[in-house]
Amino acid sequence: MNVTLQVWRQAGPSAPGGMVRYEANDISPDASFLEMLDVVNERLMAAGEVPIAFDHDCREGICGSCSLMINGVAHGPNKGTATCQLHMRSFADGREISVEPWRSRAFPILRDLVVSREAFDRIIAAGGYISAPTGSAIDGNATLIAKDEVDTAMDAAQCIGCGACVAACPNGSASLFTAAKITHLGLLPQGQPERGLRARRMVEQMDIEGFGGCTLYGECQEACPKLISIDTITRMNRDYLRAAVAPVRAVVSESD
Amino acid sequence: MNRVQALWKSSVGKKAVMAVSGLLLVAYLVTHVLANLLVFQGPEKINLYSRLLHGTGGALWVARLALLAAVVVHIVAAVQLTRRSQVARPVGYAGGRRPQVSTLASRSIRWGGVLILVFIVYHVLHFTVGIVHTSFVEGDPYHNVVAGFANLLVVAFYELALVAVGLHLYHGLWSSGRSLGVSQPSPRPLRRQLAVALSLIVWAGFTVIPLAVYAGVIR
Repeated sequence: MNVTLQVWRQAGPSAPGGMVRYEANDISPDASFLEMLDVVNERLMAAGEVPIAFDHDCREGICGSCSLMINGVAHGPNKGTATCQLHMRSFADGREISVEPWRSRAFPILRDLVVSREAFDRIIAAGGYISAPTGSAIDGNATLIAKDEVDTAMDAAQCIGCGACVAACPNGSASLFTAAKITHLGLLPQGQPERGLRARRMVEQMDIEGFGGCTLYGECQEACPKLISIDTITRMNRDYLRAAVAPVRAVVSESD
Repeated sequence: MNRVQALWKSSVGKKAVMAVSGLLLVAYLVTHVLANLLVFQGPEKINLYSRLLHGTGGALWVARLALLAAVVVHIVAAVQLTRRSQVARPVGYAGGRRPQVSTLASRSIRWGGVLILVFIVYHVLHFTVGIVHTSFVEGDPYHNVVAGFANLLVVAFYELALVAVGLHLYHGLWSSGRSLGVSQPSPRPLRRQLAVALSLIVWAGFTVIPLAVYAGVIR
């Protein structure tokens, strides 16, 4: 099959960028979107041109590296899949396809379609962990957790940090990402001691990074390759607001 | 930084403030629409209701100031959050971003809010202060309504603004439970239906009055 690509090309973080047209001919309908880009790049290199830079790693939908806005939709037209799981048979022959990087102030473009998602790392570093000495592995059944809680925690834990939620959000909000992490840890017994502090710190870091606020458009859960629900955002708000009004422990020596 | 400041500074805290102020304004709108519908029962009842309200003296002003405060914080938070969104994506998508599931109500909430603000200012000058009214009579709301909706342009502006109010209420009601973190996860949530029903009732209740006056049902 043949498709026409409009690809964002940008030589470096501060270089001016623009859409460039490429004809991708004789592409197998069974090729993944990334394999199609590989073919285009091989031809570009053979012609002595600079290949299109794009992020990729596992190519099976679990690493969260791939990140393309395809025809204005994060990860392309199919629901619940990452770009690497999108196949060319999903497009009509002869179709024009636009390919752009995620657009967010917090995700600066490094080159072409590659953006820096370090802002997500800093949100995790602000509280997306459980600070307990682990030592050697304890017995798996030592702490029992209700099945429903495990399942809901696991649904949230599926987040691969790809950033599609930010890319698809009209506000450029990272609420779904942050909320998925807060929900994942906040539902498990080991996550309870730091639950309030975690929500406060991660929300504060999310704001510091310059992401937008949440208007509950719902575009993020539709774009999410792991189908994470905006119910996680409700949980994040609950944890954050509870922590904001919770009494603060204070040691006071009051004199008269 | 104290806790109130920290809450106000955060995007989640601002949305909570918007939800609380918004719900207060919705509660007011429900009483407002119920009272307005008295106009269908002739001049005595609605004018009596008006006299009762004005007879409360200080309480009326307390309520007005509370509503004004709710409107002000709602708008200030909305403007700041809108600004934050604009800054969050300084360069847009060259090929456009295609909305997939967001409702018209959610996408129009900001501009709809601006229209509602313009409408509120006009509405207060029209029926409360009376300076943009052609024959305003203090203490005779029945007459003011009948005379006020004789003009087709005025009726059209009211109807347009009320569509914005209905859409604003629908998304606001549905999302405020989530902004406050109180909506419970459910396989079959009734939130959408409840929000649609309440906003339809409020919209319909307000909408019929200018139409009824213009059509001569109320005279």
